[in-house]
Amino acid sequence: MTRQPQSPSWRAWLTTDTPQSRAQARLGRAWAGWCAFRRNRMAMIGLLIVLALVVVAALAPLLAPHHPYDQDLANRLQPPTAGHWLGTDGFGRDILSRLIHGARLTLMIVALVALTAPVIGLVIGTVAGYRGGWVDAALMRVTDIFLAFPKLILALAFVAALGPGIENAVIAIAITSWPPYARLARAETLTIRHADFISAARLQGASGPRIVLGHIMPLCVASLVVRTTLDMAGVILTAAGLGFLGLGAQPPLPEWGAMIAAGRQNVLEQWWVAAMPGLAIFVVSLGFNLLGDGLRDVLDPKGD
Amino acid sequence: MTGSSPRALTRAAGLIASVAATLFGLILVTFLIGRVVPIDPVLAIVGDRATADTYARIRSELGLDLPLWRQFLRYLVAVLQGDLGTSILTSRPVLDDVLRVFPATLELATVAVVIGAALGIPAGVLAATHRGGWLDHIIRLLGLIGHSAPIFWLGLMGLLLFYAKLDWVPGPGRVDVFYEGLVDPRTGVATIDALLAGETDVFWSALHHLVLPASILGLYSVAYIARMTRSFMLDQLRQEYITTARVKGLSEVRVVWRHALGNIAVPLITVIALSYATLLEGSVLTETVFAWPGLGLYITNSLLSADMNAVLGGTLVVGVVFIGLNLLSDLLYRLLDPRAR
Repeated sequence: MTRQPQSPSWRAWLTTDTPQSRAQARLGRAWAGWCAFRRNRMAMIGLLIVLALVVVAALAPLLAPHHPYDQDLANRLQPPTAGHWLGTDGFGRDILSRLIHGARLTLMIVALVALTAPVIGLVIGTVAGYRGGWVDAALMRVTDIFLAFPKLILALAFVAALGPGIENAVIAIAITSWPPYARLARAETLTIRHADFISAARLQGASGPRIVLGHIMPLCVASLVVRTTLDMAGVILTAAGLGFLGLGAQPPLPEWGAMIAAGRQNVLEQWWVAAMPGLAIFVVSLGFNLLGDGLRDVLDPKGD
Repeated sequence: MTGSSPRALTRAAGLIASVAATLFGLILVTFLIGRVVPIDPVLAIVGDRATADTYARIRSELGLDLPLWRQFLRYLVAVLQGDLGTSILTSRPVLDDVLRVFPATLELATVAVVIGAALGIPAGVLAATHRGGWLDHIIRLLGLIGHSAPIFWLGLMGLLLFYAKLDWVPGPGRVDVFYEGLVDPRTGVATIDALLAGETDVFWSALHHLVLPASILGLYSVAYIARMTRSFMLDQLRQEYITTARVKGLSEVRVVWRHALGNIAVPLITVIALSYATLLEGSVLTETVFAWPGLGLYITNSLLSADMNAVLGGTLVVGVVFIGLNLLSDLLYRLLDPRAR
């Protein structure tokens, strides 16, 4: 790496209209995107919420005032007090500590789904779009079948078959959420497969897999990232829904949806037990929605 | 015969083929899900003290000794004849169960979609006419908020606020306890049954019980309907006929609500049909919270008692309704929009 000049000229280096290297051009593009993104106040709030989720998850044992599994039956269903900021649940466990540790589960679910479903969709969509013909027809038919199912119901059926648990919930969500990515990647592929630079690569003797991997997939990434961020709110809600129905994370894991289910019996008297985890789900999924909206404005200005 | 009819025929054939293929895939998926269940269906029937002979006999009766594709063929034929197996929980045919509980879901989703459209369309129109203004931002933000809250949590909080604290609405269930079973379930839709029987008290009770779950479910579709209305409206307001109407001196209200909105009616209908389909899905969680005896509650209750026939049968029916609604929105679009013909 070349040494960057001292500030404030690094800004000039980034914003120059005559970049000297590919890296400089890329960083300059990223910088321009960041500048546009930064002006969007809502998107910045979203980014802060998502970053806060990551920090809380990383530092959970340090931040939590109590152990998430420590029961104290003498102090069960206590309203919020100085000792327990968000009150205690039916086993006298500190709700705040459980929420903080639950951030790890939420982040894990989001990360696993975000790393699997878009990748599956990317591969299927680009291959279908590039190959065309019967490969395209067959792959898109499969995609349509999965799209024809309501997501939550299909996830329910999968979890019913695989057995409840957080891993199976992740698998079920990933299986049900790849089709829109495949559609998107295919549409992007169709618009670029006849471009001159693809023909040039082919004439130079590049193989099909090489063109798909090296030339088509990178161009699909931007729109897939936006779509993934926007979908993460839905993933969080589906995972919480599965947890609420008792099909996701099993007790005593502090999964937010399962915590709402546990507080359901007492919701009319001890409302905080169910209200607090729901608030956490709401804030985090709002964060992803705001972030996704902002990213869409920066990366994909066509879509209103 | 006009020249366009062969094209219309090919198109219809293509549509039928695509729907048939999707249905086939749907049945294949539920079949495969049923095969990966770790529960041994033979053991579930004969118990673990049965002899090897009994076990083998039941196994071949269920067709489990056949190759997988033969098993799938049996399943396919059975499903096409309306045989979804027997529910372990209710020991009745799954299809009968599903048909019995489905009207409750239909009632909930229908009222929800009416609420969603009644709030979403005006919100979208206002957002479009005030594009970039504070009203647009507020509507967008409200939409995001509605889309970020878990629906079962909203349901619980709604019960807490409007039932326990304010006492505006009744608690979970479809009618007040003392009205239950009073009216003959002719259609399965509580409000209509009460009207048919001439029981206005029961009707009001049923309507009261419907308000909160349907509003919360409807809220879910408001954001989507409002966003689509906004973008359709923005397209229309750019057109020349709008300028013409304004130049002619028509009032802004008439231009927006009559001319522009009238021209987006067709795409809006398809949007509403699509959100109707997503509401069926949202009803699973809503029904659980509100003890609403519909298809969603049926599927979740069957899940918790490992009643796979009922789960897969219910899933299949929801999938078929989903495909049906998508097809309907497609057909409506072609029927109502002369340009799509």
